[in-house]
Amino acid sequence: MVVPRFWRERRYRYSLIGTRCPVCGTIYFPPRDVCPKCGRESVGKMEEVQLSGKGKVYSYTVVHQNVLGYKYQKPYVMAIIETPEGPKLTGQIVDVDPEEVHIGMPVHAVFRRIAEDGKAGIIQYGYKFVPDKE
Amino acid sequence: MIGIVTYGSYIPIYRIKTAEIARMWGDKPEHPEKGLGLLAKSVPGYDEDSATIAVEALRNALRRKDIPGEKIGAIFVGSESHPYAVKPTASLIAEVVGAYRAHAADLEFACKAGTAAMQNVYSMVKAGMIDYGIAIGTDTSQGQPGDALDYSASAGGTAYIIGKENVIAEINHTVSFVTDTPDFWRREGQRYPSHGGRFTGEPAYFKHVMSSAKMLMEEAGTKPEDYNYVVFHQPNGKFPYRVGKRLGFTNEQIKPGLISPYIGNTYSGGTPTGLSAVLDIAKPGDRIMAVSFGSGAGSDAFDITITDNMESFNREAAPKVMDMVNRAKYIDYATYLKFRRMIVEVD
Repeated sequence: MVVPRFWRERRYRYSLIGTRCPVCGTIYFPPRDVCPKCGRESVGKMEEVQLSGKGKVYSYTVVHQNVLGYKYQKPYVMAIIETPEGPKLTGQIVDVDPEEVHIGMPVHAVFRRIAEDGKAGIIQYGYKFVPDKE
Repeated sequence: MIGIVTYGSYIPIYRIKTAEIARMWGDKPEHPEKGLGLLAKSVPGYDEDSATIAVEALRNALRRKDIPGEKIGAIFVGSESHPYAVKPTASLIAEVVGAYRAHAADLEFACKAGTAAMQNVYSMVKAGMIDYGIAIGTDTSQGQPGDALDYSASAGGTAYIIGKENVIAEINHTVSFVTDTPDFWRREGQRYPSHGGRFTGEPAYFKHVMSSAKMLMEEAGTKPEDYNYVVFHQPNGKFPYRVGKRLGFTNEQIKPGLISPYIGNTYSGGTPTGLSAVLDIAKPGDRIMAVSFGSGAGSDAFDITITDNMESFNREAAPKVMDMVNRAKYIDYATYLKFRRMIVEVD
């Protein structure tokens, strides 16, 4: 991810800030400028909202491939997390053995390094998930 | 009244047993436990660094009491392992909590940068410049593989929000002692630190910790028996007991704030996290002394009293230090090298 895009998206990547449509109440993450349901009625009215960071595993997969930048983390777990606010987030589940992960597992968001642009480039931080006590 | 309004710590989940490090380097497996009082040390995950530890510690503090970003006037982050040589960790913290009108800076003073951060914030609150400020001590410290520091250099951090309203732990007094001492250093561009061997104990740790502790008690008019707890910088599991004995403290006063036997030396996170473990259990009226040490060398000492506000303070809203100490996933030496990015690949 190039530096300008990372900079533009830093607030919602760091703090899970999405938007809520004041007309129908739907919450979006990543944030949207327009509610797809309410169209022009929502233009200019979308409100920022911070997600709680809580959620449950909706689905997941274990990656064994040598993906660039993830060699030292494999096998690692990528999941879709269903949040109580509504949006489904894609994220890595860390601090867990892949065999412990299951659908419905409660998780919460943590702040981690997501990627780094080589040894001299920018470090990109953002959210990942860890298991909650069950 | 000026003091701690909320606090939170973070210790990574991964641990390596010191016996495993001894196995790797051909030392006797009981050597680090007997000689250094160290059973295990915390290891940051591959995607953790001193900035992610700082954010998690601060979020734990904010779970206990939420202070809005616009009320925060200062952010100091103390570490000797800031992720960037040039680009502050403090500005990342400001962005995370939305504290845009804050004086923000990174500090470095070996293992005492966290307490230096606390003193800076305390001073700004006392001067009436700010209502609240954030002080963080955080590190993913480096030890050269095979060096004595390989047994102790670990990862963790603690965040304090210091202010003058709803104070749970009043800072009655704080002092510092500093001299130019060549006990431990890392030159620009060097990956691992060097140390002056015999300088580590007497002329460095003991001289500075004892000087600031004595100065604090002299100025505050206190004696060791006036304190329920004492927290010393903990480079290993033995120095705190030894310095405590020489100052007149008992092992019972020292033990609750001594966590290095289980997680190693978290450097800038050390004394702040030991104090955090004491705050987890302290009751109103309890008096605490906290004394840090940073190589190079200096020591900051604090005289702290728990207030009645601790009764209604929601300590349970975030994990306590001992919860995080006990939540551990053990790894072997090869995995440790992988997580710490110490494997050199040949193209």
